[in-house]
Amino acid sequence: MPSTSAVDPAGTSRQWHYLDNESDVAATGMDPVGTLLCVHGNPTWSYLWRTLLAEATSPETLAAGGPWRVIAVDQLDMGFSERTDTFRRLEDRINDLSDFTDALALSGPVVSVGHDWGGLISLGWATRHREQLAAVVLTNTAVHPAGFSLPPALKLALHPAVHKWGTTTSTAFLRITHGLGQPSLAEDVRDAFMAPYKTVARRAGVGNFVADIPFATDHPSRPTLDAVSDDIRTLGVPALMFWGPKDPVFSDRYLRDLLTRLPQADVHRFEGASHLVQEDRDIATPTFAWLTQKVLSQDVPSDAANETTATGYTSMLAELDSRRSDTSTAVVDMLPDGHGTRTLSWSQLSRDVDDLAAGLRELGVTSGKRVSLLVPPGINLTTLIYACLRLGAIIVVADAGLGTAGMSRAIKGAGPDYLIGIERALAGARLYNWPGVRIAAEDFTPSSAAAKKALFDVAATVPQLMANGRVVRLAGTATVFTPPAPDADAAVLFTSGSTGPAKGVVYTNRRLSAMRDALKATYKLEAGTALVAGFAPFALLGPALGATTVTPDMDVTAPRTLTAKALADAAAAIDATVVFASPAALVNVVATAAELTPAQQKALSDVGLILSAGAPLALPLLEQVQQLAPNAALHTPYGMTEALPVTDIDLPGIRAAGVGNGVCVGTPVSGATVMIAPVAADGTVIPKPTTEAGVTGEILIRAPHVKERYDRLWITQEQSTSIPGWHRSGDVGHLDTEGRLWVEGRMAHILTMSDGVTTPVAAEQAVERVPAVARAAVVGVGPAGTQAAVAIVETTPAVKRSGLAPMPLATAVREAARTVGLQLSAVLVIDAMPTDVRHNSKIDRAKLSQWAGRMLAGKKAGQP
Amino acid sequence: MSDAVQRRVLVTGTSGLLGRAVAQLLHDRGFFVRTLQRRAVESPWESVQGSVVDPDVTARAVAGMDAVVHLAAKVSFTGAWEDFVTTNIVGTRQLLTAAQHEGLRDFVFVSSPSVAHFGSSIVGAPAGTANPALARGSYARSKAAAEEIALAEDSPEFRVTAIRPHVVWGPGDTQLVERVVERARAGRLPLLDGGRALIDTTYVDNAAEAIVRGLERMDYAHGQALVVTNGEPRPVGELIAGICAAAGVQAPGYSVPGWLARGAGSLIEKAWLAAGSRGWVHDEPPMTRFLAEQLSTAHWFDQRYTQAVLDWTPAVSLDEGLALLAQYYRR
Repeated sequence: MPSTSAVDPAGTSRQWHYLDNESDVAATGMDPVGTLLCVHGNPTWSYLWRTLLAEATSPETLAAGGPWRVIAVDQLDMGFSERTDTFRRLEDRINDLSDFTDALALSGPVVSVGHDWGGLISLGWATRHREQLAAVVLTNTAVHPAGFSLPPALKLALHPAVHKWGTTTSTAFLRITHGLGQPSLAEDVRDAFMAPYKTVARRAGVGNFVADIPFATDHPSRPTLDAVSDDIRTLGVPALMFWGPKDPVFSDRYLRDLLTRLPQADVHRFEGASHLVQEDRDIATPTFAWLTQKVLSQDVPSDAANETTATGYTSMLAELDSRRSDTSTAVVDMLPDGHGTRTLSWSQLSRDVDDLAAGLRELGVTSGKRVSLLVPPGINLTTLIYACLRLGAIIVVADAGLGTAGMSRAIKGAGPDYLIGIERALAGARLYNWPGVRIAAEDFTPSSAAAKKALFDVAATVPQLMANGRVVRLAGTATVFTPPAPDADAAVLFTSGSTGPAKGVVYTNRRLSAMRDALKATYKLEAGTALVAGFAPFALLGPALGATTVTPDMDVTAPRTLTAKALADAAAAIDATVVFASPAALVNVVATAAELTPAQQKALSDVGLILSAGAPLALPLLEQVQQLAPNAALHTPYGMTEALPVTDIDLPGIRAAGVGNGVCVGTPVSGATVMIAPVAADGTVIPKPTTEAGVTGEILIRAPHVKERYDRLWITQEQSTSIPGWHRSGDVGHLDTEGRLWVEGRMAHILTMSDGVTTPVAAEQAVERVPAVARAAVVGVGPAGTQAAVAIVETTPAVKRSGLAPMPLATAVREAARTVGLQLSAVLVIDAMPTDVRHNSKIDRAKLSQWAGRMLAGKKAGQP
Repeated sequence: MSDAVQRRVLVTGTSGLLGRAVAQLLHDRGFFVRTLQRRAVESPWESVQGSVVDPDVTARAVAGMDAVVHLAAKVSFTGAWEDFVTTNIVGTRQLLTAAQHEGLRDFVFVSSPSVAHFGSSIVGAPAGTANPALARGSYARSKAAAEEIALAEDSPEFRVTAIRPHVVWGPGDTQLVERVVERARAGRLPLLDGGRALIDTTYVDNAAEAIVRGLERMDYAHGQALVVTNGEPRPVGELIAGICAAAGVQAPGYSVPGWLARGAGSLIEKAWLAAGSRGWVHDEPPMTRFLAEQLSTAHWFDQRYTQAVLDWTPAVSLDEGLALLAQYYRR
């Protein structure tokens, strides 16, 4: 193919090796709907894209719209293309690719696809072929390293002493790259990646490629790099990014940089995957699904699950704004160990919020910036939250309940621009290298302030920002805040992570407001309500509800630390009428009720409503709570991070529902609709929603307060909305004749036995009625469709050694399960169930099932 | 039966628990039953005495019959390979030849899931293909070869099915139940790995019913091998405890690591063979590698296909079977 690149003399022709599925496309008898132009990086070759070539003409792709032509090049000096004995720079390589597509006379829409430094080259091609460009797909790449320090791995590779040896003389660079597979690459795949680079001569391009990384500003390739990274801002085509966050070189920071340049991009971060993301995960299937949606189909899919237009919109700040001169109490913190309270009136709170907002804005926190808040619930957090809402900044709330590792993954995934935390959180940020400009939530003690500011690399403290903001506001400059757009992102919350890594869940201002409205309408929470905020997600809604809010003295990272006294004291401080609490907290409240003084008992008896949110609460425990608060209506809403609340039931309702298959969680809350997608015998979901009583299936939710989307998890988001108009909850259950919802567990926990689909909850409840059993989980082992049912029980007292249950216990458990029609194959005892950190109540049945499978196959079982 | 004419079936191996049950069930269903066994036994049915490897015997046995249910086999955890070849492979070959020569229509070969069990766990798997090279132990290897030979003869004119009941037991069973009870009584029965391995077994009446269904449903069953079980996998420790409880003996109270038993089993097996050839021992070795594998790895099966082909479900549950066993021992 003729070369027009500057590095080659005029008239030069170059030999290219490339993969092309043209004959596969022809065999389908259909015209291709477009072309994928795939560009590998260093040191791989077109082999990297083999899954795209295969999927491009699969029956699913054909059914979705037609075949795609896929052309994957080996860049010159790379793969099996010509060794040119030239040093080809970025400009040459982009031009080479254009020469290549000219020679092929590519017509029709083209999607550029790139990986590693091939991403930059493919984007360079894209900026120069705008008329043909239909979309861009990027995988672990970067366009601009400016402002970033070079990752150590690359720094070493670039070092003159190492560079030639590492990249060319030896196969070290190749082997290091191939070693990045998560899980490890199969031997034949490693061999294939190595095949074109067997000799020193064949590896020259590998070394030159590394040497051409324009890290320094005076590098010859720098102008081209700058041009490409600026020009992509105006591409105006759909963009898709698949990312392996474990990549030691093209880390999340480059993803964040790319997102500022291509803000329209859909992103999926594959937690646990690394640099060779196309080896670690299936990217081919979702790539074509995305292309079908974004390139082939012109109409935007309607997302009726959210019913945004159905309701009016009142800003989260409306109550605060209307009470600027209200001197009555807005927020109260109960200080530790009975040291009294800290109180702000509505006027003080609204002033602090505005001051802090102004201060944050001075620092650069503006609309659309992400701010991670690592501050315990209370006045400080409340002020921060509403200041961010004021600015249109997006709050990222990764709570300590995720555990340190889980929190770290969550923060890195959300990629905040700013990170505001208490000292412990700042220490974590430094230790785990969390992204974001760091802000201390409190002033440091004067003696250590300078040292700690340096140690934690802190740009400011919240009190400083508030003071700055006050000055700015008093000076009269920039006191006006533009209200954020209703449909702009407002918050990223996280799932508990009991079913895999915690997922970020994005709420817009409108959806947060709808959550507030659902609570308000369902529980008749009028302005002037006085509420005890013992459950974090709802606590942030207090000022938006116009409710006086008190935060009890407790360690919020451990709900079980809420005592009856602390709860009563908090209630007394504001004459509380409403209590929000988590089940774990209420367990401890009941356990410590004996310590209450008559005055404290009185404070609780004045409470009119108690909400226990998070996980279902056993009836006996609710009865005990009722004794403590005899005048309170006890409600247990059902919901999830993606939709909160969904249904509600009160204590009389629970008594009336009685025992059934699952946990009765009542009827939908104001604005919410629930339907069931039936489960087939093999465990798959039939996408035909029904309200027919007694049909078991996946619980579908529609409400104005359903999440906007999952954060940087495009595939997960697509799956959750694959039944048009609904959020698929991943929970399984059924509706009864009175329209009540019964939750039977997680979809992932259903047992597919040869006589049909079974959900575990009813059997678990039956087994838990056996006297020696403290907690039970029923799981399936073996292949789907023919699983064997196994009960795993925790006993009182706990066993020391996990294994087969002794015969009398096994017999009793079997008989109990039989009462709900389940035949158990085996009964195992375990010392302690694996549970999630946040609630300490969600049993990880997936882990248990694998453990039971090993146990019952006679293998070394280890820990679940 | 829809046929106006009574069908005539030869059943081999009726001295065993399962063979007897099959013959009885066929008789109850209105079939004419003839049996073939090595020893002279008192039999309610027409009977031919002799060896399946003897052409004269097999010719007499199949004369005038419509179908064969072939159960006769050498079943043992140990013994000389040649003996397995003779009875299980040559015998099956001979019976097939005789049946084809006589113009019989149907042949049910009663096999074993061990023909496709290669030492690792079977977890809810379908039947799998018999493999004499990989099957473990002389019994399984010889049965695998015989099953291959039998299924290779399947044709529209001479229909062959292989029914593989897994671990058959019941009252009067000398194979599994007696061995478990005897060893437990002698305190010579350890559990392996705490008896955790999940094993599916077959109560004898269910196995007999499935075999008869194989004959009745030959239109659908021929040309394939079907594993038959109760469809109730249980940890082997619980099964053994259940059998011991039914027989009124103490269940094993000690456990040995599976890897140790498998290793020791190989050694004991070799020693026993050597000792046996010198006439020092006459009983079966206390542990063999095959037995250790059977007791320390899971083997349970996907029964959906089998039950659909045979249009059959087990009538006697595991717990009902254990109750019947207890009744038997109390008598």
